[in-house]
Amino acid sequence: MKQHDIVVIGGGPAGLAAAISAKKAGVSDILILERDSTLGGILNQCIHNGFGLHTFKEELTGPEYAARFIKEAQDMEIPYRLGAMVLSITPEKVITYMSKSEGLVQISAKAVILAMGCRERPRGALNIPGFRPAGIYSAGTAQRLMNIDGYSVGKEVVILGSGDIGLIMARRMTLEGAKVKVVAELMPYSGGLKRNIVQCLNDYGIPLLLSHTVVGIDGKDRLTGVTIAQVDANRQPIPGTEIHYDCDTLLLSCGLIPENELTREIGVEMNRVTSGPNVDDKLQTGVPGVFACGNVLHVHDLVDYVSSEAALAGANAAAFVQNEKTAEKTHKVVIKAENGVRYTVPQTIDVENMSDSVTVRFRVADIYQNRSVCVYYDGKKVSSRKKRVLAPGEMEQVVLKKNSFADYPALSEIVICTEEA
Amino acid sequence: MEVKNLTCIGCPMGCFLTVSIEDDRIGVEGNTCPRGADYAKKEVTNPTRIVTSSVRVNGADIARVSVKTASDIPKGKIFDCMKEISAAQMDAPVSIGDVVIENCAGTGVAVIATKNVPCKK
Ligand SMILES: Cc1cc2nc3c(=O)[nH]c(=O)nc-3n(C[C@H](O)[C@H](O)[C@H](O)COP(=O)(O)OP(=O)(O)OC[C@H]3O[C@@H](n4cnc5c(N)ncnc54)[C@H](O)[C@@H]3O)c2cc1C
Ligand code: SF4
Repeated sequence: MKQHDIVVIGGGPAGLAAAISAKKAGVSDILILERDSTLGGILNQCIHNGFGLHTFKEELTGPEYAARFIKEAQDMEIPYRLGAMVLSITPEKVITYMSKSEGLVQISAKAVILAMGCRERPRGALNIPGFRPAGIYSAGTAQRLMNIDGYSVGKEVVILGSGDIGLIMARRMTLEGAKVKVVAELMPYSGGLKRNIVQCLNDYGIPLLLSHTVVGIDGKDRLTGVTIAQVDANRQPIPGTEIHYDCDTLLLSCGLIPENELTREIGVEMNRVTSGPNVDDKLQTGVPGVFACGNVLHVHDLVDYVSSEAALAGANAAAFVQNEKTAEKTHKVVIKAENGVRYTVPQTIDVENMSDSVTVRFRVADIYQNRSVCVYYDGKKVSSRKKRVLAPGEMEQVVLKKNSFADYPALSEIVICTEEA
Repeated sequence: MEVKNLTCIGCPMGCFLTVSIEDDRIGVEGNTCPRGADYAKKEVTNPTRIVTSSVRVNGADIARVSVKTASDIPKGKIFDCMKEISAAQMDAPVSIGDVVIENCAGTGVAVIATKNVPCKK
């Protein structure tokens, strides 16, 4: 069985950035396995602009952003296999993949970087009554059909869910000549970025109905219409509020879930809120030498954060390979998310062996105004930052500095929470 | 006097802006920082957008190549621009930056490819 120092699963922006950074850190025996026929991941179908504002200080489209990383990986001669679908990974880091040209292959790795991205919540997971006629797509599937395969998806459209993909598709279909009648969102707020609401809906006069959901689907072979109703605080439809829309297409944009079948199989501890693995400050999962980054770890809205997170995972995987003995002294502290903070990544931090600073990313549970984001070490408030607005759609972060732990030699718990300002 | 409400997209705060227009005097309220005022003024005098779409590509493994306007164009020209984009085609191989349309809908702005597309294997 062939052995590699580092095997990266997935050749999207996360996998590419991780591999590039591992190579820069001095490991050259790297292999990227990608099941698709090209590198770049989901960015290949995200043809709109707005990528890389933070990294490159310009607004690139998805394919352009991906191309920069693909070129860098190719210039650095990092090996990759396309059409290589990883089927399993064992705790001993034996990887089985299937490819047309090679058949079934087993390789082993000293370190594995998980970068499989996420997929859309399937329609089965949504409880919509009625028939299942043609014309109902997840927003991402419709995006791929239009932008890569060149199909026209529909003429009269209703969108359920105001996640970013749904918003982007509302604009895309409008520009292609379709009539997008309404975007309905179950929650009282949109899960999408504000700039997308302005540029994709408001620009084209597309109404957004908050606290609304689809309660009926018409049409046997092809969709002919949907019924939308308002929901109460318990997300139950309110009788008498139904509105009917004639349409031939319904797009579902109801959230993304990290693609973690492989991760679960390795036996690492998973997180109920993120649906990704729990990781420490090195982005290492519970199995030593297995790292995770990008959307497989938690869903990101900005690819810039994916790239920087992945670079960190790559550098740490390289360090793991180069220095296989584990640190003599460790001091792992759990980071707890409380009072309006839904989760944090990482979930633990080794204050003994951490780098000078660690960025902890998180999302809040609701829209909050004038709240502070506070950090507590063993019950003592160590920082507080006032925010005018916090929204579930925008990822937040706090930076923990190593020297801030100097006064807490016996620290057992870090709490990140929101408080009335 | 005309009054318009806008949401600033300058940063995630998304300030709610009220813009009052009287002859050539534009007043902006609700912005937390100067970027909001700049955005509002541009938005009511000359709103512009980058347009992204895709065009047919011949002789490749994929059916469409993604494109964009090389810079932002007046908002009112978006649909004229889309009409020309819908009619355009390219032949593989395509490199990022290749020009699809030189002067789209009279805006003086080119439409360029945003994806590298090799020839059919
Ligand atoms: C529709 C949409 C719109 C977005 N819009 C924006 C935006 O405007 N601005 C912005 O900054 N960000 C945006 N994002 C976010 C950003 O694009 C993503 O966060 C980023 O692409 C995630 O990168 P990734 O590498 O983690 O995942 P992906 O890009 O999904 O890559 C994962 C890769 O792993 C491969 N893979 C999965 N499983 C296996 C397996 N078993 N074997 C082999 N390979 C496998 C997949 O084929 C894929 O290529 C958007 C995301 C989506 C989905
Ligand atoms: S006005 Fe300033 S603070 Fe408010 S959203 Fe715009 S850029 Fe952000």
